[in-house]
Amino acid sequence: MLYALAGTLEQGLLYALMALGVYLTFRVLNYADLTVDGSFTTGGAIAASIIFAGGSPWLATAAAVIGGLLAGLITGLLHTAFRITPLLSGILTMTALYSINLRILGRANVPLLRADTVISRFNSWLPLDNIYGASLLGLIIVLLAVSGLYIFLKTEIGLALQATGDNEQMIRAQGVNTNHMKLLGLALSNGLVAISGALVAQNQQFADAGMGIGMIVAGLASVIIGEALFGKRTLLQHIIAVVCGSIVYRAVLALVLRLGLAPTDFKLLTALIVVIALASPQVRTWLGLTKNSRKRGSFDA
Amino acid sequence: MRKLLVVGMVLVMLLMVVSGCGDTSGNTAGDESADKVKLGIIQVAEHPALDAARQGFLDTLAENGYKEGENLIVDYGNAQGDKNVLKTIAKDLVAGGCDLILAIATDSAQAIAAETTEIPILITAVTDPVAAKLVQSNEKPGTNVTGTNDMNPIADQIALLKKLAPQAKNIGVVYNAGEVNSVVQVDVVKEAAADLGLNVVEATVANTSEVMQATQSLVGRVDSIYIPTDNTVASSIESVVKVAEENAIPVVAGEAGMVERGALATLGIDYERLGRQTAEMALRILKGEKPQDMPVESQKDMELLINMKAAELMKVTIPDDLKKQADRIIE
Repeated sequence: MLYALAGTLEQGLLYALMALGVYLTFRVLNYADLTVDGSFTTGGAIAASIIFAGGSPWLATAAAVIGGLLAGLITGLLHTAFRITPLLSGILTMTALYSINLRILGRANVPLLRADTVISRFNSWLPLDNIYGASLLGLIIVLLAVSGLYIFLKTEIGLALQATGDNEQMIRAQGVNTNHMKLLGLALSNGLVAISGALVAQNQQFADAGMGIGMIVAGLASVIIGEALFGKRTLLQHIIAVVCGSIVYRAVLALVLRLGLAPTDFKLLTALIVVIALASPQVRTWLGLTKNSRKRGSFDA
Repeated sequence: MRKLLVVGMVLVMLLMVVSGCGDTSGNTAGDESADKVKLGIIQVAEHPALDAARQGFLDTLAENGYKEGENLIVDYGNAQGDKNVLKTIAKDLVAGGCDLILAIATDSAQAIAAETTEIPILITAVTDPVAAKLVQSNEKPGTNVTGTNDMNPIADQIALLKKLAPQAKNIGVVYNAGEVNSVVQVDVVKEAAADLGLNVVEATVANTSEVMQATQSLVGRVDSIYIPTDNTVASSIESVVKVAEENAIPVVAGEAGMVERGALATLGIDYERLGRQTAEMALRILKGEKPQDMPVESQKDMELLINMKAAELMKVTIPDDLKKQADRIIE
């Protein structure tokens, strides 16, 4: 039981970084970025290849972040320079990354069993043989990411980024270069996703070309479940809610596996959960539960 | 002026289409250089077992006089796990005019068999050709498909598991329910386990990223794990091994490559030898035998493979008689 808890926590926390990346583009920047499936694998591929070749795991993870930054930049440039729509630019980068990731890996699957990873290094600092090692490392990195993101979004550039997502025309009229904001947002987001990929690859002890498939769905589900369960009234609350949403998502998956349901059915369950979370504001209006139910209003998804 | 440009572009495109329709390799049907054999290879994904089978096949052909670059042209397509790409490779191989096609793994074989009923197809690393509708029966295929199957001796492997973990009561099995070869094997696992009085707990995955959590969900519910020759789990065996080692659960695998990468033991197929056996059949086809009449073969001797490092980490003591019987021991 304890092991199951440790497993869920570590998965939830490591994937939370990816959820934070998705939050940054989908919610803050209001940009439907599908690069995630590709950049997650890029992070894993870069980190795994460097570790497999004998390099330092810290270097490997840092290099993975750079890979993610570049991937985000490419998507951004496709949109800002060539005026390709946000959705399509993400899809194009994701598709291209599939081939690029295979080249980075050099082989379909890079094994990292008992390799020198950041997790094994971290575990060696801990006093005892601990199943919570990866969760603790995940927690530390997530806390750093959450505080970093929060502080960044409160800076002038961060506020400009938020404004770009809220009302691009207005902030452009105020003199902000929204193209630069989008590039920055996409780069940061995919950097977060890539570090998540690097850590997940090191935790699961392998990286392969398909490890990112379906990540965008997991990320979105985490964001939405988090918002529905933990609220999004303040910025900090919203960011923390995303992290908690990721943990809840993994917990539900673990529960589904224990109950013996096929994880393939779990995708349907995920969709249902997300629909319920998204529809709940509307349902609450119908049932007359919110104070706005007498007035007409528009509800954001 | 603009109309001229449009008409001009249309003409250029038509020209490209027409020239593209002609043969690109310089071979028109029936006009092959007399000695060169064109071999098409279609493989669904890369992992050590499938690669070993391919290598064994090519090595045996080379030893028997069919060397790539001399009298053998090899057209090799690997789909890297993408089923759509697999279909494209299959169509390309048929369109390119091959004398013989080697299909490695069930998905590859199904893709190519759907594209041609004339070119002889040799399969390898296919667990159950009959269930995959590739042949009418293993004894007499009746179609243009024959080759070797890798139906692993599951009953023997479960017995091996029982020997290595005598007090085990529950076997966990992780597999991809979307692979027909795995589903077939899991049914056999359940029968074999029932015969030995063991209970089977399943955890299914749809892709490699789910394998770790699926294995974690088995912890506390099983005291041993069996991994069939499933292409998805084969690519992510390291996660299974990691979780098993953290919880001292022995993992018996369906094939040797998995043991080399960390599983405890197997009684199994040596894919390189299987590839060689398939090549022997290829040589017979090149001499004129028809696949319709060639029975599907299985590997003749199984090898016992034990990974001592895994035994140490999974807290398993290997009985001495097994150590003596082992064909190969990995430290």
